[in-house]
Amino acid sequence: MNHFWIILIGALVGSSCSILGCFLVLRKMSMIGDAISHSVLPGIVIAFLISGSRESLVMMFGAAAIGLVTVFLIQMFQNSGVQADASIGVVFTALFAVGVVLISLYTRQVDLDLDCVLYGEIAYAPWDMLHFGGTSIGPKAVWGVGASFLLNILVISLFYKQFKISTFDPALAASLGIPVVFFHYLLMSLVSISTVASFESVGAILVVGMIIVPAATAYLLTDKLSRMIMISIILSIVSSLLGYYVAYLLDASISGTMVAVTGVLFLVALFFSPKHGVLIKKWSRRKLLQQN
Amino acid sequence: MAFPLTVNNLTVAYQKKPVLEDISFRVPEGKLIGIIGPNGAGKSTLIKAILELIPSITGDVAIFGESYKKTRKRVGYVPQRESVDWDFPTDALDVVMMGRYGHLGWFKRPDKKDKAHAMECLDQVGMSQYAHRQISQLSGGQQQRVFLARALAQDAEIYFMDEPFVGVDAATEKAIIALLMKLKSQGKTVLVVHHDLNTVKEYFDWIMLLNVKLIGIGPTEKLFTKDYLQKTYGGSLTMLDSNTSPIIVSPR
Repeated sequence: MNHFWIILIGALVGSSCSILGCFLVLRKMSMIGDAISHSVLPGIVIAFLISGSRESLVMMFGAAAIGLVTVFLIQMFQNSGVQADASIGVVFTALFAVGVVLISLYTRQVDLDLDCVLYGEIAYAPWDMLHFGGTSIGPKAVWGVGASFLLNILVISLFYKQFKISTFDPALAASLGIPVVFFHYLLMSLVSISTVASFESVGAILVVGMIIVPAATAYLLTDKLSRMIMISIILSIVSSLLGYYVAYLLDASISGTMVAVTGVLFLVALFFSPKHGVLIKKWSRRKLLQQN
Repeated sequence: MAFPLTVNNLTVAYQKKPVLEDISFRVPEGKLIGIIGPNGAGKSTLIKAILELIPSITGDVAIFGESYKKTRKRVGYVPQRESVDWDFPTDALDVVMMGRYGHLGWFKRPDKKDKAHAMECLDQVGMSQYAHRQISQLSGGQQQRVFLARALAQDAEIYFMDEPFVGVDAATEKAIIALLMKLKSQGKTVLVVHHDLNTVKEYFDWIMLLNVKLIGIGPTEKLFTKDYLQKTYGGSLTMLDSNTSPIIVSPR
């Protein structure tokens, strides 16, 4: 049963992150996903210190709030003349460092392990069961990550049209009366929430992999946004399935292996994609030369 | 009957220096108007300020006598082609369909009718055979036609176009101007940011001369003169002959 739970958690984390990842990759904001997943750390710690528990919704909101602060600060620095990549780097390293300091300061009062926040430990997730009326209803992580997955599916499918047009052509979107800024921050809130929901099982840093890599891989495989989202979800599910068994065979870190598999799949797509693959491009160029 | 476009005392500034200063004008119905002026004259800024894409410091804009918020559905907009990422995973038809989003409201998805309409618009710009082609596989001129088809799909009465002739082939330029003339003959009002002074007389029946301040707006034959152009372009303009092309604008 534990095999099943671990794979399910991995697949849910992957799916919920990669849906958002597609939009981040297309907005050329992959690094913002990276930034948010790091800078939510102080939010998690502060919310943890206030509420005293690791499971409360308070922690989720604390992190989501800091996630939005991150995006806001990055935007503000950019507007006042700092280079885009520099302002991302400054904001998330500074906030992340504050989180590390907070953890080290309160490490005695608080059962929050830095390693656990950064790398997560999906292997223990199935033991932490949620109980309802005395009976066990499955691991807590499944419920947490599942909820964020459903939230992402719900919000993205409800506003698919708006997210698509404000990603492709924000100027036209705004002229049509679509609140582009609102959808920008809505997307960022979803990224923050998904990151926090996933950090316990796969860890903050490895969430970044699930946000960017399946989406970037799917981008190579299709020319249609809806298909890109579907493919990225399938890729992340395949990665957690394969990753789990590879980790099982090698006795290695499960979440690490899962993300490593996404990387391998990306390389495969990069070389063998029927449309944008490196090999097909080389091959068609050679064919063209032979014809001439 | 209210004017399609009325602008009063519009001033826009990015930092301290105004980009547009105290612009006031009215545009009558059924005119094809070229917005002309040197680089940095605020031509694109004017369109963006009218469409409330950037904030203005003072001034008000009325479209058909009402605020833009109320008249959005009667307005079509063609942004600069370089303003979007053409590697976005979508095809030509899908881009044109985006022109319908303003009519769809918050939750409705485009249906078969919208699709058929978008297809018609593609047909009008001679692009129906490329409907399902990935947009990065289109040439610059074809991409511009897709943008134009998208504006047609907006079913507007007044159109704002930001440099639709930049980087397109001769055939596309002809196709675009024919389409603009057709829109004009249907009584629609079209404002076009334009760079090539040599085609102004041929394309536009009205022109607007802009260089931070409004130099003049009116019929082309009245305003497209050496005096007005020199006032607009300052010393950077060389006219080989006062009445015939070519006209050379040298960079300052």
